[in-house]
Amino acid sequence: MFDIDKWQEIFSTIQKNKLRTFLTGFSVAWGIFMLIVLLGSGKGLENGIHSNFDADAANSIWIFPGQTSIPYKGIQPGKYVRFTNEDYERLKREINNLERISSRYDIRGNDLISYKNEYGSFGINTVHPDMEFIENSFPIKGRFINNIDIEKSRKVAVIGDLVEEALFKNGKSPIGEYIKIQGIPFKVVGVYSENSNNDGERRRVYIPISTAQMIFDGGNRVNNIALSVKDMTLDESKQFEEKLKASFAANHNFDKEDDRAIFIRNNQENIKEFQNAFQGIRLFIWVIGIGTIIAGIVGVSNIMIIVVKERTKEIGIRKAIGATPWSIVSSILQESILITSFAGYIGLVLGVALMEIIAKNVPADSMMFKNPEIDMNVAISATILLIISGTFAGYIPARRAAKIKPVVALRDE
Amino acid sequence: MIELKGLHKSYITGNNKLHVLKGLDLIIEQGELISVMGSSGSGKSTLLNVLGILDSYDEGYYKLNNTLMNNLTEKKAAHYRNNMIGFVFQSFNLISFKNAMENVALPLYYQGVSRKKRNQIALEYLDRMGLKEWADHMPNELSGGQMQRVAIARSMISKPKVILADEPTGALDSTTSLEVMDLFREINSSGITIIIVTHEKDISEKTDRIIYLKDGIIESEFISKN
Repeated sequence: MFDIDKWQEIFSTIQKNKLRTFLTGFSVAWGIFMLIVLLGSGKGLENGIHSNFDADAANSIWIFPGQTSIPYKGIQPGKYVRFTNEDYERLKREINNLERISSRYDIRGNDLISYKNEYGSFGINTVHPDMEFIENSFPIKGRFINNIDIEKSRKVAVIGDLVEEALFKNGKSPIGEYIKIQGIPFKVVGVYSENSNNDGERRRVYIPISTAQMIFDGGNRVNNIALSVKDMTLDESKQFEEKLKASFAANHNFDKEDDRAIFIRNNQENIKEFQNAFQGIRLFIWVIGIGTIIAGIVGVSNIMIIVVKERTKEIGIRKAIGATPWSIVSSILQESILITSFAGYIGLVLGVALMEIIAKNVPADSMMFKNPEIDMNVAISATILLIISGTFAGYIPARRAAKIKPVVALRDE
Repeated sequence: MIELKGLHKSYITGNNKLHVLKGLDLIIEQGELISVMGSSGSGKSTLLNVLGILDSYDEGYYKLNNTLMNNLTEKKAAHYRNNMIGFVFQSFNLISFKNAMENVALPLYYQGVSRKKRNQIALEYLDRMGLKEWADHMPNELSGGQMQRVAIARSMISKPKVILADEPTGALDSTTSLEVMDLFREINSSGITIIIVTHEKDISEKTDRIIYLKDGIIESEFISKN
């Protein structure tokens, strides 16, 4: 099948018809190049925006106490709402599609943490075990806080990987070591890391909330509650928020219309909006991408038709001196496949190179653009599609030309 | 060698039927040098196309080298053209992006002769035409006479039984025309049958046998004096 002489013939034809080769190749290379850049940029944009959410679970809801602003049942506005363990227990009881829940008590005083002679200032978060999944703080060594820690108010801590880096400089594993929080020793039981743009997320120390309330005079006080619920639509999520508010209003004696008594941060709502926006962008990119490919196909087809037309006389000559129709069709097709594959490859390489350059030059902590990955399957399928359509576009006129009687093809001018 | 019997050929263009060849009988022996003359529309080019298996015919028969040339597949026709027939055209019909040597070598490409070997053979033929130094030149760098000699070399390279020449001197001046005719004579003397279509009397007089066509039939036939 592989006929060196045929390829030599094709190469010499290509070499001597540079403009036509360039034009055919260009429309393919350009189509693929644009497709890659388009898909890559779209993905980069999406990844960039998405990275802002990676820090917390996408469906988490955070509840913070505030200060009333509307008089209610004879109570003047300005009353501080205080959360307690009771609120945590109640939510756990009341919400039937609850996935995770954790409350937090903020320790007063300094946040200086020490290990032997090393000191550092880190965020101290007092949590329930579920916080692992709400914050997406997954242990890379040891374990997270567990239920027994809470029940027995154990003095244990889970530290961020950046905390480990700062305190455990000798490279020793922190597991089993004791760090001091406000002078009180806590045994390190785990190290976590997070996939986040924000280093602050990895510079925290988690301790059980029960321990913190006991040691640092918290009583049953809670400063905020974070929870996540099973999949909800945007509407359901909004309704859920209203219900939450009503529940707190009933238990803490404030008007449920009061929007300063408690604050609810609903990640689900934000993320749903972004997801919708991105679905739109993705659709848009695909529409343009398909448009680009179609333009490429039309371009290749046009050029192939012109090429065959331009070569009609040559085909006539070749037939007169003994070329079979198949040898004519196959050489035109092989030429077209060769050019389109090569050009498609060039477009692919240039597109990927450009995306690499862009990726290298955007700042690592960019919130807008990150990891413009390209779906190679899509890129390669698009190239193959262009090659096939170029072949097909060449095949029909080539066949017709090869069928023309040499007399007709040779007819002068 | 060539045997035509009751050959009819008509072209259909739209609703019009144009009857071009109206029952030709002709026998050409191996090694003849023949010219076919006639006014335009007499059917001489059509005859040449039928002889060259470039075109089909409707009635009668055409035998080339005792093989009936009828209802041939494209592949078969290509094979016969390649092995038995050489063409020379009025407008030379060289491939513009190939140099003289490559043009001459092209028929051998379709016979599957290796590049090196066919180029070498092509050079020999160009040498015989006195064009060896022009082997690397592209057709547009050659004069009309040179191009026609390249085309003649191309028609000869596959060692055909017959060379068909359609107005081979139509685009050349009279001196060059005579040179080309001398060349044909020389080729003919090696035993190849040559059929030349022309409307120039002094060209036809250089051949051994002249056939006059008129309205699709052979009007008269002469044996030339030389």
